[in-house]
Amino acid sequence: MEANGRAPASDPAERAALDEVLGPPPTAWLGGARREVDLHVASADARPGRDRLLPALLALQRTAGTLTPGAVHDLARRLDLPPSEVYGVASFYALLTQSSPAAATLHVCDDIACSLAGAAEVAAQAREAIGPEGEVGRGGLRWRTSPCLGQCDRAPAAFLQRTGEEDQVLAPVSLPWSAWAAPRPPAPTPPPPQVGGERRLLARVEVVDPEDLDAYRAHGGYEALRRALDLGPEGVVRELAAARLSGRGGAAFPTAAKWEAVARQPSRPHYVVANADESEPGTFKDRVLLEGDPFALVEALTIAGLATGAERGYVFVRAEYPLARARIAHAVEVARRRGYLGRGILGRRFDFDVEVRSGAGAYVCGEETALFQAIEGRRGEPRNKPPYPTAKGLFGKPTAVNNVETLANVPLILRLGGAAYAADADADATGTRLFAVSGAVARPGVYEVRARVTLGDLIGLAGGAPRGVRAVLLGGAAGAFVGPDALDMPLSPAAARARAATLGSGAVVVFPRGADLTAAVGRIARFFRDESCGQCVPCRIGTVRQEELVRRLAEGSPLGTAAEERALFDDLARAMRDASICGLGQSAPNAVESALRLGLIAGEGEGE
Amino acid sequence: MTASVTATVDGRPVTVPAGTTILEACRRLGVEVPTLCFLETLEPVNVCRLCVLEVEGSRALVPACSRPLEEGMEVRTDTPRVRHSRRMVLELLASAVDLGAAGPEVARWLAEYGARPERYGPPAPPAPAGARDGRQAGHHPGAPTGTRETLAQPVKVDNALYVRDYEKCILCYKCVEACGEQAQATFAIAVAGRGFDARIATEFDVPLTESACVFCGNCIGVCPTGALMVRREYEMRREGTWAPERQSATATICPYCGVGCTLVLHVQDNRIVKVTSPLDADVTRGHLCIKGRFGVTFVEDAAPTSDRGGA
Ligand SMILES: Cc1cc2nc3c(=O)[nH]c(=O)nc-3n(C[C@H](O)[C@H](O)[C@H](O)COP(=O)(O)O)c2cc1C
Ligand code: SF4
Ligand code: SF4
Ligand code: FES
Ligand code: FES
Repeated sequence: MEANGRAPASDPAERAALDEVLGPPPTAWLGGARREVDLHVASADARPGRDRLLPALLALQRTAGTLTPGAVHDLARRLDLPPSEVYGVASFYALLTQSSPAAATLHVCDDIACSLAGAAEVAAQAREAIGPEGEVGRGGLRWRTSPCLGQCDRAPAAFLQRTGEEDQVLAPVSLPWSAWAAPRPPAPTPPPPQVGGERRLLARVEVVDPEDLDAYRAHGGYEALRRALDLGPEGVVRELAAARLSGRGGAAFPTAAKWEAVARQPSRPHYVVANADESEPGTFKDRVLLEGDPFALVEALTIAGLATGAERGYVFVRAEYPLARARIAHAVEVARRRGYLGRGILGRRFDFDVEVRSGAGAYVCGEETALFQAIEGRRGEPRNKPPYPTAKGLFGKPTAVNNVETLANVPLILRLGGAAYAADADADATGTRLFAVSGAVARPGVYEVRARVTLGDLIGLAGGAPRGVRAVLLGGAAGAFVGPDALDMPLSPAAARARAATLGSGAVVVFPRGADLTAAVGRIARFFRDESCGQCVPCRIGTVRQEELVRRLAEGSPLGTAAEERALFDDLARAMRDASICGLGQSAPNAVESALRLGLIAGEGEGE
Repeated sequence: MTASVTATVDGRPVTVPAGTTILEACRRLGVEVPTLCFLETLEPVNVCRLCVLEVEGSRALVPACSRPLEEGMEVRTDTPRVRHSRRMVLELLASAVDLGAAGPEVARWLAEYGARPERYGPPAPPAPAGARDGRQAGHHPGAPTGTRETLAQPVKVDNALYVRDYEKCILCYKCVEACGEQAQATFAIAVAGRGFDARIATEFDVPLTESACVFCGNCIGVCPTGALMVRREYEMRREGTWAPERQSATATICPYCGVGCTLVLHVQDNRIVKVTSPLDADVTRGHLCIKGRFGVTFVEDAAPTSDRGGA
């Protein structure tokens, strides 16, 4: 449109929103008022970087309730990007819309834990109050179903995206529906999270005011950074190596090796990133850390910066966690004001700062390279590896990405000493792990245990399963189902592997006797179909074919014999695992395969 | 960095300059590796996954088109795992995309690798015009149970020069690269949407005539499946008069400006039915402008042709 001078117009509120994110346009060439000098000098030097694209799109979405053609063209001009490309990025993310605006959009979670807690009734109420899913209905509202919102401990959950207002989490959903149409709906305070177990990583959660730096310091805060500054970068890595810390984001990669690899890279600058995208269904442990102990993440990221030679860190928080984002942003601001971030930290020759970035609704952006793409203002399409992030990561520079829980271990290790941290180790795992336990347990919450604790004991910590256990989903949608026979399994990576399962993201969803596992398996198949980025053929089309197959089995209408359907599934699973670009496609068949093995799909013949 | 690397492909030693891809190394040895999203003149995007092969020590299969050969690598191009993934990529594509105009090579691979797209059930009804463009990311309606979803949808005809038939699109990203960064620097089209609904689009799916498109047709030049097609070929195919066996290809130089682009005139029944430029032509690398690609039919006669009609 730009090319032939017919760019549609934006509205003043949208332009103001852009100015707020991007600053006022510096020249007429970038959309500002025309000045004398612009008539003979066209300079793009002053333009904001492309990495402002996602923050700007989120601001526009909040302002107008949608992305209008006028605003997209304005934004494209301000960032010197083609409108087609801005549209391509905007249309990738589930929380950005290009259709008619709504006063508010209610995202009703219908994922596994919420379904066990009555999500279907919530959706039915929304349909009655507003109208058909996806359309702007009564009161100018819209509702849609949503994948897991990371509030499974307070199921059923919903996420309210309001035009002109802050987003809100409704968990559990309890407001009368008419209340949303009010200009200022009451902000419900969610119940405090249940936490339990050994409580080393959780020591301050629900104990120390998460907005008070002095309280954080009074409880051991920033002792680790002082020690890290004394030890120096190699010393920090040595402690992590002695602690044998491995990543908690799913792949269990040794953290010391990752940090050392980044530190060694000659290319500069280096970056560190905290992966707070936590979108694996059934997972909410990082949320509890982010909301309950935000200074610890900021301290850990600062130590990561020191150890890897980075001067800038990013925290990438999923958009569905507004409280976590606010708490982290607050912690960063206070830390900066008090000299824990910025130049010459704690009086040493060490500069480091942190920027908080928000996702826009895409599970795949938890994959480390897709996360870089999102920060850089691109579609969240994972990159082929190698090159690995330690060599070419964010902005093409050496980058250490770590999960929030992994980082939470770092200050602990430096305070205890690596060897002491590893002292009480179980066979293949040191330290404790957080498990997000939800579904049919008495006290859903986050529980911290060692690898020797069994699955049954973990469920016991969560108050037990009063309605019995038919199956447990371990590791979320990318994980696997196990049967009640696995309750005596220790929660160690090796023990999980021996049962063809994985601890993955630490999600533990308990299904009671009589639960509809067919629906759960179907939801997981839909999840992968909806969340595939669409880049590579095995995943883009394979996840669709898998979902169609699961639906046929669930409805008892297989194509050909059950054996033929099983062969078709095995063919799909092998190709998705072998040939997909990223972990999403590679793990998409896991849960379905385990359900088939355990006979959990009703219409399929082998099951009940 | 060493200047050359030595590795083995199917047990045969090969020495190539450092930075050479596995695909190039295979081609030097005369080993066929099928490719769809790869084109010599563009940066590899490694998305179709047809070229995958086994590399000793790697858990997943590796795309030959983008992965550089490394010292001591043991590459295997024809194992059951490799053949399985290639068959599935072809089968999955054929189950969703109309590969009917993708050329004889694709047809041969479909047969050779034993792709059976009908295993996924009968195709679902086609989507109405524009329906696929309007889908919200993360919300995919799905096909009726028992059918397989496809890209079937009406062809986009919004200008006099070329059509976009996205039910033939394998999403190889080539047209986007040729329109933007790697050739034309026009950026009229980009990848939009997500998952199975990912697609090639202008901003807000406006017609090409309202987009930044300059009608160079470079996207048509790189499209491997016939999803992008000049109007005349499209119409002849529809009428059933398209006959490649009756066509001749004549190389010449474009008469319009001083750049001197190599043109290849594809002529059937004494009419220029298509103009292309060879990928290895020094001046063009296969790319042309609107004049070369669409403007030389004046040599036929002065009478108006079907090309001149509106949408
Ligand atoms: C589809 C997909 C989603 C992911 N989501 C997350 C996530 O939400 N949080 C996370 O920490 N890691 C996630 N990961 C793993 C990251 O890619 C990466 O391995 C991890 O952040 C590394 O941190 P760690 O070494 O501390 O575990 C995801 C991976 C895939 C393939
Ligand atoms: S595996 Fe799926 S999510 Fe990952 S790159 Fe391929 S299409 Fe995208
Ligand atoms: S239209 Fe053609 S060139 Fe473009 S992505 Fe589709 S198949 Fe590739
Ligand atoms: S919040 Fe609904 S399933 Fe997790
Ligand atoms: S040709 Fe290598 S992935 Fe497409």
